[in-house]
Amino acid sequence: MSTTGATTGATTAPAVEIRGVSKTFTVRRGAVVALEAIDLTVAPGEFVSLIGPSGCGKSTLLRIIADLLTPTSGTVEVGGKTAQRARLDQDYGFTFQQAGLLDWRTVRTNVELPLELHGVDRATRKARALELLELVGLFDFAGHRPPQLSGGMQQRVAIARALAERPTLLLMDEPFGALDEMTRERMQAELVRIARETSAAVVFVTHSIPEAVFLSDRVVVMSPRPGRIAEIIPVDLGDRTEDTREAPHFYATITRVREALRGRTVPDAGALEADIRADVAADSNTADTNAARGAL
Amino acid sequence: MTAAGRRFGAILLPPLVFGVLFLLLWQVLVRVTGVKSYVLPAPSDIGAALRASIGVILDASLRSGANALVGLLVGVVLGVLLAALATRMPLLGGAVSPLVAALAAMPIVALAPLLNTMYSPLSTLPRREVVAISAFVPVFVNVLRGLSRLSPVHRELMQSYAASGGQVLRTIRVPGALPYFFTGLRVASSLAVIAAVVSEYFGGLEDGLGSRITSSVGATDYPAAWASVLGAVMLGLLFFLASLLLERVVVGNRALPVA
Ligand SMILES: Nc1ncnc2c1ncn2[C@@H]1O[C@H](COP(=O)(O)OP(=O)(O)OP(=O)(O)O)[C@@H](O)[C@H]1O
Ligand SMILES: [Mg+2]
Repeated sequence: MSTTGATTGATTAPAVEIRGVSKTFTVRRGAVVALEAIDLTVAPGEFVSLIGPSGCGKSTLLRIIADLLTPTSGTVEVGGKTAQRARLDQDYGFTFQQAGLLDWRTVRTNVELPLELHGVDRATRKARALELLELVGLFDFAGHRPPQLSGGMQQRVAIARALAERPTLLLMDEPFGALDEMTRERMQAELVRIARETSAAVVFVTHSIPEAVFLSDRVVVMSPRPGRIAEIIPVDLGDRTEDTREAPHFYATITRVREALRGRTVPDAGALEADIRADVAADSNTADTNAARGAL
Repeated sequence: MTAAGRRFGAILLPPLVFGVLFLLLWQVLVRVTGVKSYVLPAPSDIGAALRASIGVILDASLRSGANALVGLLVGVVLGVLLAALATRMPLLGGAVSPLVAALAAMPIVALAPLLNTMYSPLSTLPRREVVAISAFVPVFVNVLRGLSRLSPVHRELMQSYAASGGQVLRTIRVPGALPYFFTGLRVASSLAVIAAVVSEYFGGLEDGLGSRITSSVGATDYPAAWASVLGAVMLGLLFFLASLLLERVVVGNRALPVA
């Protein structure tokens, strides 16, 4: 099993390396090309968001990385291993759009589920689950059952469960889709903290442009039919705080992503970039974003 | 405790009041219209018959109840085992499920006279077999449905954990099927009492409630027949409440997941 030590030690191989991946679904009336010629590399500890119109293949791409689907062509490596090896070794944690908790178990034993399935002893399991519930701020709810929790709390349990085996990679499919705006922003701040504390790489699917920009080192904009990567937009926002949401370059980056989603490049892209760079320089730049840049 | 007591009272009070009013109305109507007792005896007549033969009726209830209980247990165990087997071996499931569905549409007590001829007249076995088959059907059908349900999220979750089929069965399918099992058990426990009583209508050992109903009717003692019917109603209620209680104890208030 991987340890926190391995997380920082295995920095040589990228967290995810996708090369020339296509996926065609055969359906009753012909074939659906869900993904075509996808190339994407995610650095260790990097936070990457996938954004794009409904049906452009975001969930499909996430499932291919997780080895829940096999690509029609191309290769996927996770931490230098095949996707299948990584799945068998439990190198990633997956959070689905629905929390997918087991209603008959307590919050704590839900978090213990992957450890239980992989033969971790009872005492270790319990200690780890409580530690994770502390991390997601649900320590006091360890004995509750999922139906007694709000949607946001259930999502946090699912995130704790995904972190149980100290994955070097977190795959998240619209985890905050069903939350109200206030809860959502609080969860985003928590996720930034969790990602930093666990130094896991994250591939995050969302429909919200501000969410993608707030969370990510890079935003991958996808276009539909067939699903392709239209543009990859770096985000240089430094350390995320609540003030980040008010910063001018936060809005500038949102505009860039929005334009990319519309299939246009910003007319004054250069000026915008310069603007962002000036703002970033004004702030104290962090090692985090430098690392993200280095990965580009 | 007091809150639970109050809630229990709120559940029990309306049907109790309604029942008493209903009996009163029945009593008054029978007395006023002067209906003959072979058409409909007054509740007071049935009460008197019940008091006069309470020992016999209790004894008969015990014997019919024993047949119902033994048959129910056998049917439930068979239903669960076969449903689990059908889940593990889809080929078997595909072969057996339609047959059981057909069995569900058949009046199983119709088998009673045939089974009677296979055993000694003093045997309780044919009755218990009828009960077991009746109880088996709803348990098998519901447990199979519960076990085969696996939400796409849970399926993908377990796949991401590289979980084996046995692990999926133990951690998701079985606990997920529990509410379905209890739905089946509730239906089966009612059917068990019906099957136990009605199977006595077709001869054989003369010791249960069904036999007492037929013999009382034969002797034109209608209040006594109604008193035995009342015994059968109570027995059915007891079985139903027992299965409900077991469900509460095991799964608590966890509702059946919506389809
Ligand atoms: N199992 C499947 N069988 C057939 N077609 C599929 C399957 N899964 C996805 N598709 C198709 O592939 C395309 C991409 O689907 P996908 O779920 O990846 O989109 P998405 O970007 O996640 O959309 P959304 O934002 O609505 O979640 C769609 O056209 C969809 O119909
Ligand atoms: Mg999706």
